[in-house]
Parts: sequence; C-alpha cells; structure tokens
Amino acid sequence: MQSHDIVIIGGGPAGLAAAEAAYDAGARDILILERDVRLGGILNQCIHNGFGLHTFGEELTGPEYAERYINMVEERGIRYKLRTIVADIDENKRVTYVNGEEGAVTVQAKAIILAMGCRERPRGALGLPGYRPAGIFTAGTAQRLMNIEGYLVGRRVFVLGSGDIGLIMARRMTLEGATVCGVAELMPYSGGLNRNIVQCLNDYNIPLKLSHTVTMIHGKERVTGVTISEVDGNRRPIPGTEEYYDCDTLLLSCGLLPENELSKSAGIELDRVTGGPVVNDRLQCSVPGVFACGNVLHVHDLVDFVSEEAERAGKNAAHYVAEGEGSDGEATVLKAGPGVRYTVPQTLDAGLMDESVKVRFRVSDVYRDRSVSLYYDGRLISKRKKRIMAPGEMEELILKKSSFDRPVSEIRIAVED
Amino acid sequence: MNENFDVCVIGAGVVGCAVARELSAYDLSVCVIEKEEDVCSGTSKANSAIVHAGYDAKPGTVKARMNVRGAELIRKLSGTLDFSYRENGSLVLCFDEADLPKLNDLYERGQKNGVEGLRILSKEQVKELEPAVSDNVVSALLAPTAGIVCPFGMTVAFAENAAENGVVFRFLTAVTDIRKTDGGFEIETDKGVFRAKYVVNAAGVYSDKLHNMVSGKKLSITPRRGEYVLLDREAGDLVSHTVFQLPGAYGKGVLVTPTVHGNLLVGPSADDTDDKEDTSTTADGTASVKERALLSVPSVPYNKTITGFSGLRAHEAGDDFIIGEPDDAPGFFDAAGIESPGLTSAPAIGEYIAAELAKKAGAARKKDFKAERRGIPQASKLPLEERAALIKRDPAYGNIVCRCESISEGEIREAIRRTPGAVSLDGVKRRVRAGMGRCQAGFCTPLTMRIISEELGIKMTDVTKNRPGSEQIKG
Amino acid sequence: MEKHELTCIQCPIGCALTVTVDGENVTVTGNTCPRGRVYGIKEVTHPSRTVTSTVPVTDGEIPRLSVKTRTDIPKEKIFDVMEVIRKTKVKAPVNLGDVIIENVCGTGTDVIATKSVK
Repeated sequence: MQSHDIVIIGGGPAGLAAAEAAYDAGARDILILERDVRLGGILNQCIHNGFGLHTFGEELTGPEYAERYINMVEERGIRYKLRTIVADIDENKRVTYVNGEEGAVTVQAKAIILAMGCRERPRGALGLPGYRPAGIFTAGTAQRLMNIEGYLVGRRVFVLGSGDIGLIMARRMTLEGATVCGVAELMPYSGGLNRNIVQCLNDYNIPLKLSHTVTMIHGKERVTGVTISEVDGNRRPIPGTEEYYDCDTLLLSCGLLPENELSKSAGIELDRVTGGPVVNDRLQCSVPGVFACGNVLHVHDLVDFVSEEAERAGKNAAHYVAEGEGSDGEATVLKAGPGVRYTVPQTLDAGLMDESVKVRFRVSDVYRDRSVSLYYDGRLISKRKKRIMAPGEMEELILKKSSFDRPVSEIRIAVED
Repeated sequence: MNENFDVCVIGAGVVGCAVARELSAYDLSVCVIEKEEDVCSGTSKANSAIVHAGYDAKPGTVKARMNVRGAELIRKLSGTLDFSYRENGSLVLCFDEADLPKLNDLYERGQKNGVEGLRILSKEQVKELEPAVSDNVVSALLAPTAGIVCPFGMTVAFAENAAENGVVFRFLTAVTDIRKTDGGFEIETDKGVFRAKYVVNAAGVYSDKLHNMVSGKKLSITPRRGEYVLLDREAGDLVSHTVFQLPGAYGKGVLVTPTVHGNLLVGPSADDTDDKEDTSTTADGTASVKERALLSVPSVPYNKTITGFSGLRAHEAGDDFIIGEPDDAPGFFDAAGIESPGLTSAPAIGEYIAAELAKKAGAARKKDFKAERRGIPQASKLPLEERAALIKRDPAYGNIVCRCESISEGEIREAIRRTPGAVSLDGVKRRVRAGMGRCQAGFCTPLTMRIISEELGIKMTDVTKNRPGSEQIKG
Repeated sequence: MEKHELTCIQCPIGCALTVTVDGENVTVTGNTCPRGRVYGIKEVTHPSRTVTSTVPVTDGEIPRLSVKTRTDIPKEKIFDVMEVIRKTKVKAPVNLGDVIIENVCGTGTDVIATKSVK
C-alpha cells in the first residue's frame, strides 16, 4: 500500500489553502484528491466579485481567488488528482479513492485533512407541498448550469430562501434576461449579507418578502407557479395570506449542510449543531491525525475565513506528521451559552495551544447593542459590546494563552445585555 | 402509422411489464403501449415497495391468491432477473389488549391463505426484535416471509427481459379508444392505430376507462393518493422489519420500513381523489403521516428527511383485483383495480394472464426463451478488486457522477443504452439511483443531463425530467 | 429637492440612510460613521458596479470563461455592457487577466478574463 504524509480530501478553497500551509510548515509528501475536472471547488462557479478583501486586500471574483491558490499549489509542486472521488476513510487513516485511470486504490495517510465542503438543502428536506415538476433547482445547481455549462434554467424565477447564493443568482439571472419575481424568506431576517440584498435585489427592484414561505408548487411537468404565504412567529403559514406567483422556475437557497459522510465512515465525532466534526484548537477531529477545515467543518460566509482556517489546519497537520500528537492534556470544553448557536473549535488544550486561538461562533438571532461575554468556569473574563450581531454573519473571539492562569475546564461564550 | 401484433399490453407499469415478460416466453408478437416516456411511471413508481406476506387479503379473493403466489415468485425472480429484494419480515403492531382478537384474525387469515411461519409475539419479543418500536406495543404478528423490493428495479428487469425476448415498447403513446373487430381489437392512440388479437389492460388508475371502452360491465377506479416521507440512509437501520400498525382506533395505520437501498420509508396516507394525475403532496397529508408513524416508532428522525412523494393506488369499487376477460369482451384481459398488494402480486398476475392468454391463442412456449437477465453493475457495491477490474475495462465506471449514492458515469450510460433504456433524468434515477440520495440530484443533475444529451444525441435544452414538457433548462 | 432611502453596505449594521439632493448640495442622514456618508453620496451621485458574467470559449478544457469589468462601471450601463458580453465568443487558450472586450460601451474599462482556460 502506498503511503502519504498528508492526504487532503477536496481541492476547493479549504483544501488548497491547507495544502499550501502544510507545505510551508515543512510537509512535502502531500496529495490532494479532487472530484471535479479542475481545482478550485465551488469558487469556479462563483463568478461574482466580493472575495479576497481579507486575504489579499483587494476584491476578486471566485475564479480569480481560486486561481491564486491553485498557483500557490502548483508553484510548490504539490501533487493532486482530479476526477477522483474518495470512497472511504477508515479509523486507521486509510483512504480509498476511485478514478478512471487507476480504478480503486487504497493509500495510507499519516494525517488527513477533511476539506469536502458542503451541499445545499434540497426541496425534499424542506417538505414543500405540491407537485414534483421540472424547474425546481437549488441555487447552486442553477449557478453551475449557468456559469460552468452556460445554460439558463428559467425565464420567470421565484427564489425561496435569502441565502447568499440565492441572492447572487437572482441578480445573475436578471442580467441574463430572466425575470425574478421575488425572494421569500421564512425567517424575519435575511440569511444573506447586507451587501447582497442591496446589490442583488434592491438594484433590480426584486422584492424580498421576509416571514414568507412557499406553500404550494404548481405544475405537473414544469413549474407553472408558486403560492407563497406569510408565516407566524412559529413559522407556520397564516391562512388567508396566500399570494400566487406565475413562474417557470423555483430556486432554493435554504441552507448549506456540511458533507460529512466520509467523516462518519472514519468514526469521527460530529457536532449536532454545525453538522461538522468536533475539533480542538488545532482543528483536529476526534480521530487523532485527522483535521478539518472550511465548510465541511462549519458553513462560512466568506471564503477568506475558510482560507485562514484551512491554513491553520494545514500547518497543524504538518506538525502532527513531524512531531506526533504531543501530550494531550485535559481538554477544556467550549460551550455555546445563551444566544450562541455553536463554537468552533469545541475543545481547547490550554497546555499546547498557540499564543492565541481564534474561536468562531454564530449567534442564534439578530441582536442589537448586546454584549458577547466570555466565562472561564463561570468567571467573567471579558465582555464586549456589539452594535449588531446576526445569524448570517459569523462572529469571532480571540483566546489568549496568557489568560489561562489556572486550569479551566469550561469556557462559555454568551450573548448578554 | 399502423402496427399489428398478437397482443398489445396497455401500460408499462410493474403489472404490464410482468405480463409482457411472461408473454414473451410464448410464440406471440407482443407490444407494450405506454403513455409516459418510460416504464414504471405511474402507480408502480410511488408505493411502499413492500412484498406482503399475504395475511391481509380475505381468503378466497383474487388478491389473496395473487399475493401469496406473487411473493413466492418475487423471491425466485429477484435472482433470475437480478433485482434488489430482501426478505426482512414484517410486524403488525397491536397497541391495545382489546384489539388482540383482530391480530388473531390476521394470523388465521394468513394461515388460510397459506402464509408460512406466522407467529404472534409478546411485547418482550417484539422489543427484542425491534428495540425502536414504541413501548405501547402489547403484541405483534410476525410474518418472516414478508420482504422489501425495489419497484423500479423489478419493473425494469421485467421490461428488459421482455425486450430481450422480442417484446417491443411504444412510449409516449396514449390510448384514446379501443374497438372490437372481427379478428380482435383496434387500439386508437395519439400515435396511430394498433391492431391486436388480444389486449391486456394494465393501465393502473386508467384501467376503468380502457375496460369501459369494450365492456358493458362498467368498472370504476378511484385514485387513492398516498403520501410518503423518505429518510436518509443514516436512518435506514432504525428498524429492520417492515412495521405495520393493526388497523384500529387510529385509522388504517401507516408503516415504517427500511427500503432495499437502506433508506427509511414512512407512509402512506390515504385520500381519495378524482384526479388521476394528482400526485401532489400536501402539508396536512405529510404532517399526518409523520405523526401517525410515531405511534409505532417514536424516534423516527424527521430531520433526516430527504424527500416526500405521493402515489396513486387504483382502488376499484368491488375491492378486489379484476383479472381476466369480461364476459362481453373475450380476448380483452383486464388487470384492473391493482392496488395493494399489487406490487407483490404483479409477477403472479403476469404468470396467470400470460398462461390464460397463451392457452386461448394456442401459442406454444418459445424454445429460445431467455429467462435470465443481469442488472447494471453497481460499481460501488463491488469488492475493491472487482471494481478496479470493471474500471479498467471501462474507465467510465471510475467517474463518479452521483456522489450521494456513488453512481458512476458507466452505470448511467448503461441505463440509457439498455432496451428499453432511460430517456429522462427520472429514468436514469429509477434505474441506477443517480439523484436518489440525500442531495436529491443537486450535484449530479448537470452531469447526468450532459450524459443523456450525448447518449441520445439531443440538445441539452431537450433533456427532460420525465415526460415532454418537463425540460430542465430554458436556453 | 429629491430624497433617496438606502441601506448602507459598508458594514453589517446596515444603517438606513436618507440622502437628500438639493442642487449641488448632497446631505446624508441616518449614517453612524463617516463611511456611510461617503457611500450615501456616491450611491446617489455616481452609483457604479462591477459586472461579472461568462462567455463561451471554444477549443478549451471547459466550455465557459468567466469575465468581469476590470473596474466598476456606471450602474445605468450594466445592461448595455451585458448586451455586448452576450455577443462575445472567445477561443482558448485564455489567461486570467486577458482583455476580452476593450473599453466596453465607452466606459473606459475593459472586460477581462477571470479564469485561465487551457
């Protein structure tokens, strides 16, 4: 059996940044396994701009951002395989992949970096009533058909869900000559970035209907229309508020789900809230030597943060290969307190941690003029006022090694007055 | 266009294809006429996918006879024709001591129908077999011979084997009228007239319409809509048996069952409708099915739902299968009112009608009948070395198109190349499961569309989800 | 005198801005920081956007090339620019940054490739 120091599953933004950072931290025997025909992952179809402000200090489109990382990987001579799908990972870090040239091959990895990304929540999981006609697409599928293959999926479009991809596609389809009738959002606030609401909807007079959902899909062969209804505080449709929209296409932008089927086959513990692996401050999963980063770990808003996180995973994987795991002291658990949905990482090793560790988290509602409080075993360590926090915008908090002047068993982050 | 055959089978669902396959063993020219673009496009595609053991039907009914024989045949044919089938056994749960006599009635009915291995279990025995079953269970009927089957796989297997033995298929051909003639029947369709000495009516929810074209003894089929909820494979091992509820105070009851592909299926509801095409799902129907299933298995993880769907059962007013020739229309063979246990009964109905028809036609059995058929290789299910060898022979089997179900380009191309082959996304999905998984075709749709367009030599804009009018893209 | 209601996009707060134009005189209210004022004035006087799209590419490894305007263009020109992009076809190879359409619609900016296609 062939062996590699680091096998990276996925050649999207997370996998590429992890590879580059692992190389720069001294690893040489790195292999990236990518299922598509080119590196870059979902960025290849994200042709809009808005990427790279944090990483490169300039505004790039998705493909441009991807190409910078692809070039870094190429310059370092890091090996990768395209059109290659990973069929299995086991507890002993054996990776089985399949492609047309080699068939099915199992390799032994010293460390694995999970960078498989996420998928979209489909219609079936939303339980939308009505028929099952053609013309219902997740926004990402429509985006791929349009930007990679060059096809227009519809001429009159309704969008359910105000996730960023849905907003971006509303604009994209408008520019290509389609009419976008409206966007309905189940929640009383949008899941997308403010900037996208302004530049993708307001610019083109596309109405955004908050607290609304689709309550009927019409059309037996092809979508002929949708009925939308307003929802109450429990997100249940209010009878009598039905509105009919004539359209041939329904796009869904209703959330992303980390793709962790392989993680499960490797016996990796997953977080019920994020849908991604439980990781420590080195981004290492419950199986030692397996690291996770990017949207497979938790869904990000900005690719820049994916790259940053992936670089940490890559660096830590390289250290793991060179030095082994090190002494694993008593782990400190990070807990999401009131108003906080989750934290990543979920555990921290105060003995082995870097000088500072960035904790990312999401809040569970829109909060104005509230504080983020940090507690160590119930002791208030810091409290920082924020003018606005929203579930659609990831928050962060820095933990300093120096702040652990005594052993801590639980760190809690909470939204408070 | 005029076409002449010994037999025209109308309807390419599981019953029509089973009949066609059995007829293809005889020296007869056979044509299957189907209004949709593919086989298995009506009632056969949306049901519980259950092989009933045979204790439900009243002793002496056609249903009882066909059910028990059908279950027996499926067991054999799943090997001969290579489709997915598993004898997982079923449980009928009883939640009330007062209902125990009814459970016993079922047991006795099963005995009379010739079902083997039936046992009444105590609460403890049930919980040991199925720990996820509700603590409210007081007893259950175990039928070890019950099973689960892939309805698409079985129908396609019948169709392919029939085609291999000379049966022709005419899709997108809707029958508009049937007239008796001297030598048989004239079948008028939107694609021209077919002449046949014999007609088999396997038209599902439309079988009353066809029957009534030739017979004065009128039938009336009510489409009965059933909604289902399908869960991710992660939830597929919640129960290993098919878990029914004893009909009682809660209504007819819904089932919770694993599928042969490892998903968990919950359903159906039962709503009579007057629209023979009404396969919509409703918020209320879905909610009611979900709630009622929790009576049997309180821990069904609905957050792992991947899709919901609904199907129509062809319920006939007389409440039994109508199989054979009406007195006033000899040569016209009905297979009408085929509701549950229709899927189970299909092979038996095929066997019975083919034998009767052949006898009447004086047709001999073919000497060169090929009884066996191999399914499309499932690359990801093969041992690693075999998978590697397959990919070496055809690298397309190494190119995974559907990630959720690990379906390769090779499998999809083969699904299209077979006869009758897939011509739509749904056709591909039903044959090889590309798009059947948890992302519900989000990733594979563009790729599968391209393969269909290449294989059939059609434009991407002409690739459909199923019937014409369901084109996927607009330009 | 005309009034414009807009949402500031400079940060997640999303202040509701009211921009009042009175001849040469433009005033912004509702902003909570200086960036909001600058944004409000620009949005009302010279709104501009980057346009991104794709064009077909022949003889390449992929069928579609992604492109963008090198800089922002006036907002009212978006559909004119799209019209020109839609009529454009290119041949591989293309390198990231290659000019695909020069000085598109007289905006003074070029449409450039955002992908390399071999």
